[in-house]
Amino acid sequence: MKAHGTVHKYGDNVDTDVIIPARYLNSSDPAELAKNCMEDIDKDFVKRVKPGDIMVANKNFGCGSSREHAPIAIKASGISCVIAETFARIFYRNAINIGLPIIECPEAAKGIDAGDEVEIDFDSGMIYNRTKGTEFKGQAFPPFMQEIIKAEGLVNYINNK
Amino acid sequence: MGMTMTQKILAAHAGLPSVEAGQLIEADLDLVLGNDVTTPVAIHEMEKFKTDKVFDKDKIAMVLDHFTPNKDIKSAEHCKCVREYADAQEITNFFDVGEMGIEHALLPEKGLIVAGETCIGADSHTCTYGALGAFSTGVGSTDMAAGMATGKAWFKVPSAIQFVLTGKPKKWVSGKDVILHIIGLIGVDGALYKSMEFVGDGIANLSMDDRFTMANMAIEAGAKNGIFPVDDKTIAYMKEHSKKEYKVYEADEDAVYDEVYTIDLSALEPTVAFPHLPENTKPISQVPDIAIDQVVIGSCTNGRIEDLRIAAEVLKGRHCAKGLRVIVIPATQAIYLQAMEEGLLKIFVEAGAVVSTPTCGPCLGGHMGILAAGEKAVATTNRNFVGRMGHVDSEIYLASPAVAAASAVTGKISCPCQLEN
Repeated sequence: MKAHGTVHKYGDNVDTDVIIPARYLNSSDPAELAKNCMEDIDKDFVKRVKPGDIMVANKNFGCGSSREHAPIAIKASGISCVIAETFARIFYRNAINIGLPIIECPEAAKGIDAGDEVEIDFDSGMIYNRTKGTEFKGQAFPPFMQEIIKAEGLVNYINNK
Repeated sequence: MGMTMTQKILAAHAGLPSVEAGQLIEADLDLVLGNDVTTPVAIHEMEKFKTDKVFDKDKIAMVLDHFTPNKDIKSAEHCKCVREYADAQEITNFFDVGEMGIEHALLPEKGLIVAGETCIGADSHTCTYGALGAFSTGVGSTDMAAGMATGKAWFKVPSAIQFVLTGKPKKWVSGKDVILHIIGLIGVDGALYKSMEFVGDGIANLSMDDRFTMANMAIEAGAKNGIFPVDDKTIAYMKEHSKKEYKVYEADEDAVYDEVYTIDLSALEPTVAFPHLPENTKPISQVPDIAIDQVVIGSCTNGRIEDLRIAAEVLKGRHCAKGLRVIVIPATQAIYLQAMEEGLLKIFVEAGAVVSTPTCGPCLGGHMGILAAGEKAVATTNRNFVGRMGHVDSEIYLASPAVAAASAVTGKISCPCQLEN
């Protein structure tokens, strides 16, 4: 499985309140949530984002509220993968559970800028910055999590057991 | 190798003699929690499971607390969805308006969680119950659904940071100040993926309400859970509130910690977290004059009876500053009633504050106290992220109920010690 797209870049501690503000949590419809994704830190994100694009951030991405609406909104906005230096733990679980690919890779987080063209090979964990001609090795998931990802989420994984 | 308190509880619930940090386990759950924002998503996921029944109708709690009493039509639809599901599944612990309170104040009060148990909740502040010596942690809606369907959850066993608390806090210093101080010390990802284990003789000087506040904000340091040892105060609390059997786990003497911090409670001042992260803390003596527009006293962090008593002690015989909106939110119906019987609500109203029915409301910018552009609030809540309480250009200063009440009187961030008699 591969992803290829343009990068939207953010800093440290992007919290789930800015990913999808609570004023929109009266809906749980992915398409509707996607309309307001990242609004409080990047109000043009929804206008700019194209299907397949990649989100890159520094440390502690997705901190704060446990709202699964956050990875749901990111996925529904068209983002194919989130790369970060580190993820907050609830966001990390939620992303895996709903089948939003995420990769922890501090070097990639530092070596990729907004607007770069990036390609990701999920099987090898390799991240290629096509704009800068650099490459990075993302951290591999433990086999158990790979099974959840392969099953496209926790529910299928449990149903298949 | 010795185990931490958290590791011991997880091992027991995974049916293993021992576990170590980094190990992936599947643990039995004693309680699965959701609210009106997260449960509808979980119910939607439940429909995809092969089973159409929850694993145990007595071990699931659903609390309609975030956007209730229903703030708009969409929220009303969410609550209706949860209500109908709880009815169809005969969920024992479903709490609707009239019985509900803010979930993390309500569940311990109703005795639904005790020492030694495991709990997941589709709300990040589920870590609150670590105050009782339980393992409890926040998850998302899909994990909640999996928990409801199977009674189990997967965990990566966390390593731990130990916080040795010594001494006695000074007047006007509470659990809120201790946890804000700690978050300021280690940062909002200082305990990422880890347990925060609190120990030391200083704990005897912290009330249960102080401990709930501290465990509640473990997530604001990125922690998986925060946990306190079980002592006489814990046992007295559980006996008063619960009929459940509790089990006391203690960390092994040779347990390994990633880091150890010793904190002298007697040296702490009331502490304020500046926008826009809970780690931006300052002791009150270093806080300049900052005029505010609103004060919120409430939330799962600080809406308990002691919090209201302290606020009332400050506000008694005084009046809120002109032009300031002061909103007091008792966290549960029982706390509301007790505050009424103790005369606290009268003190608040006479001081010019409003008293709301229990709701998470303003804490997450839901309703009941949203900020406009440029406005500043002192709040006893748990997060001061950009836009958390309203407009992206508003500001939240996190503080204790004592500081919030004193600020209500002066109209700027203040310590009760600065008020004239």
